[in-house]
Amino acid sequence: MTQITLTINGQPRTIEAPPLKRLLDVLREDLHLTGAKEGCGEGECGSCSVLLNGELVNSCLVPILQAEGAHITTIEGIASNEKLHPIQQCFLEQGGAQCGICTPGMILATHHLLEKYPQPNLLQIQEGLAGNLCRCTGYTRIFQAVQQASKTPGTNSVPSPI
Amino acid sequence: MRSNVLQYDLTAPATLEAVLEILAYEPGEYTLIAGGTEIMVALAAGRLAAKKLVSINHLQELRFIAVTPEAITIGSGTTFTDLRKHPVIQSDFPLLKQAASWTGSIANQNRATLGGNIVNASPAADTPPALLACEATLTLVSKRGTRTMPYTDFHLGYKKTALAPDELLHSIHIKRNLNGYIPYTRKVGTRNAQAISKVALAALCLTAEGVVKDIRIGAASLQDRPARLTATEQALLNQPITPATIAAARAALLTETHPIDDIRSTAQYRAHVAANLLEEFLLSL
Ligand SMILES: Cc1cc2nc3c(=O)[nH]c(=O)nc-3n(C[C@H](O)[C@H](O)[C@H](O)COP(=O)(O)OP(=O)(O)OC[C@H]3O[C@@H](n4cnc5c(N)ncnc54)[C@H](O)[C@@H]3O)c2cc1C
Ligand code: FES
Ligand code: FES
Repeated sequence: MTQITLTINGQPRTIEAPPLKRLLDVLREDLHLTGAKEGCGEGECGSCSVLLNGELVNSCLVPILQAEGAHITTIEGIASNEKLHPIQQCFLEQGGAQCGICTPGMILATHHLLEKYPQPNLLQIQEGLAGNLCRCTGYTRIFQAVQQASKTPGTNSVPSPI
Repeated sequence: MRSNVLQYDLTAPATLEAVLEILAYEPGEYTLIAGGTEIMVALAAGRLAAKKLVSINHLQELRFIAVTPEAITIGSGTTFTDLRKHPVIQSDFPLLKQAASWTGSIANQNRATLGGNIVNASPAADTPPALLACEATLTLVSKRGTRTMPYTDFHLGYKKTALAPDELLHSIHIKRNLNGYIPYTRKVGTRNAQAISKVALAALCLTAEGVVKDIRIGAASLQDRPARLTATEQALLNQPITPATIAAARAALLTETHPIDDIRSTAQYRAHVAANLLEEFLLSL
């Protein structure tokens, strides 16, 4: 077991874990943040996406030791209190979420995309979300949600720690 | 089934020197983990044999891109995102930029390293054909010292490399002497995003008055390792691009490649498509 200190959604946390334990499992089992989902467990589906020091990563492929000292943002850190983040609001309004399994990852991938390209074209949206699989929506509504979000003020903000 | 993480040991020494010390102390006992996009997938599949791992992901000493007017040196810990963003990669090395943007999704490119792609040594990997065409040189380090070798000498067989058990890939060096070369690269896979190639070519050609003056062709999934197609190159050197030259080059490609049947494709398809890719390139010159 190794002691790991990291910042999750703005809050410093210290945990004890085997060093190769996946960040995904630490989030879900140790920290009870179950927003990140396990789909494939091998980097293909993006349902476990989180931001690690601002970069989109698949948390199923990150050993917790490599997250030592890192700042992690999960879907739980995207909304502030009871108010949805503009990206979430756009997914809701455009029907970009159905069963919801892919949605936390899609929202984080969208967040990362809009930081890189505040006004993305369709190709940039498709590339930015290509690592996030959705079995329900057929993607069109997701792309519409991203386009709407790109026109909404406040999209690039992550709430400060509560 | 996924492996039990409790059976694995993972450390993250603070310096490169400390990592080399560990590798030298018990050569072959430790496996390096950089971005982890191969190692963690092996863990998920229950086929991660190495029980002792050393993380090098945090070593800034391995994550750099150094540019001079003559050459570029890329640290092995450079991610595909770092590569895609770099102005000199964008301006001078379109093959490498393209390969980096093909290597999995954005989340994968944020973690996966160039060093990991090379040392993992998959015959289907995306950056090796580009690096072969660019005639890259590798720098390997160990406690014993530093050595450099042409990248063409690195892959010895299926997933076999020239890296010694106590060695680490430090950096990749490429000369900036490709002015006038016409680049070509194409990856044929199931979909554009994060599909491993069925077959891929990366090539550079210099012509003068319609005659081939220099040509370098790197290939993926056509041999048991990433490989330069030297017989094909020979068939083209100092030749004008005519239907007869193209036919000779296609024939040479088919004799020197040995694709296989596997879950992604068949040998016949790979051979046929590779010859078509070559022809597409030659017709564009
Ligand atoms: C969803 C997904 C899609 C992918 N798509 C592609 C694709 O399209 N094309 C492609 O080519 N690859 C693809 N990959 C494979 C992988 O992302 C790349 O091979 C990547 O470059 C590996 O780098 P890494 O740093 O993550 O490697 P790691 O997993 O950290 O290491 C891989 C191997 O290299 C060794 N190693 C790493 N760094 C060094 C070093 N400096 N010196 C010595 N040994 C070292 C390790 O010991 C290990 O054996 C994909 C992977 C995933 C999960
Ligand atoms: S669960 Fe991590 S990418 Fe699918
Ligand atoms: S909403 Fe069901 S998988 Fe995307």
